[in-house]
Amino acid sequence: MKVGVLGLQGDVREHLSAVEAAGAAPVVVKHPEDVAAVDGLIMPGGESTAIGKLLDRFGLSEPIRKRANDGMPLYGTCAGLILMANEIVGDEDAPHRLRLLDVAVRRNAYGRQVDSFECDLDVEGLDQPYRAVFIRAPVIEAAGHGVEVLAERAGAPVLVRQGRLLASSFHPEMTGDPRVHEMFVKMVAD
Amino acid sequence: MAKCRIGHFVEAQVLQSLGVDYIDESEVLTPADEAHHVDKWSFTVPFVCGATNLGEALRRIGEGAAMIRSKGEAGTGNVVEAVRHMRAIASSLRSLTTMGSEELMTAAKELRAPYELVREVASTGKLPVVLFTAGGIATPADAALMMQLGADGVFVGSGIFKSGDPATRARAIVEATTYFNDPDIIAKVSRGLGDAMVGINIADIPASERLAARGW
Repeated sequence: MKVGVLGLQGDVREHLSAVEAAGAAPVVVKHPEDVAAVDGLIMPGGESTAIGKLLDRFGLSEPIRKRANDGMPLYGTCAGLILMANEIVGDEDAPHRLRLLDVAVRRNAYGRQVDSFECDLDVEGLDQPYRAVFIRAPVIEAAGHGVEVLAERAGAPVLVRQGRLLASSFHPEMTGDPRVHEMFVKMVAD
Repeated sequence: MAKCRIGHFVEAQVLQSLGVDYIDESEVLTPADEAHHVDKWSFTVPFVCGATNLGEALRRIGEGAAMIRSKGEAGTGNVVEAVRHMRAIASSLRSLTTMGSEELMTAAKELRAPYELVREVASTGKLPVVLFTAGGIATPADAALMMQLGADGVFVGSGIFKSGDPATRARAIVEATTYFNDPDIIAKVSRGLGDAMVGINIADIPASERLAARGW
């Protein structure tokens, strides 16, 4: 089972190790033909405007959107969540994006770099709390009826699932805890 | 990202209070302290610091730097210094990984670096923080060269802003950094960029004014 990691920017190496730790074969995805060769795809955090432009310019947006619409599991973390969101709130210069997930997000809404933080989350389906790392993270301000909230913090969803789409405000690749990646790998296996 | 002078911890305090995302304790500004760098552990904002070799990188990490960058000669459009620093760091990392454990204390002494960090990088073969490169990068191929030499990312300033068409060149450098292993894409994005900045030979800069020598 091959799980791709979009390799344009961000914690690509860390996501690849986490995928391996979760029991799947990690593959870097940088070209349109790579999208066809994976069973699921993770879009790491980074800078969503730059990633959105690169996705369009190198012909990756359409293949990813099409495969996700056809049922390929897709997991967006931080900037990856922004790229999946249907709506960006309070941003004149919203990035180009895939518009797959029925949520409204506000970019950088947990504050600046110095406001970045870690916290323990209770996650649906996990027995023990999960240590989550938020780095200039987006806030999910609204989620549609088809969106299941798997974890929340201070009243806002931070880990959500809609069908075969998974998205988190936080970075799951930085703590060495593979449980959220395992959750995604299980979605790919099912 | 905002710069403070080497050792100027009050400038750093002010920048943190202004809410900047990162502080670059930078040799591009005239140093404020001839012997010490800022104690970066006493800040919550992450710091990036320059390094010309592995020992300098590990001293800065020991002081709490969250990112390291090479100290290429900023403003010259000449990539040779950045290449030298990246090569030096990579070569020392490789040689540490081949050493026996009893050799590491002597290596730490010679590198003038903290022993615990020397042991750590000898076992992992890489720095425990991200390694950027900066100074003298002027073309998409320069950026890809630095990535192939092992950089995690590239900072470009005057290479873009002193060129004929900054916006187009900036985009091309981002694309070449992303696809650094793909010569076909680097060739494609390098077309039609207008004039590159004119390079300055490092030997033409008086030794007292060279930036890489600043920092201890």
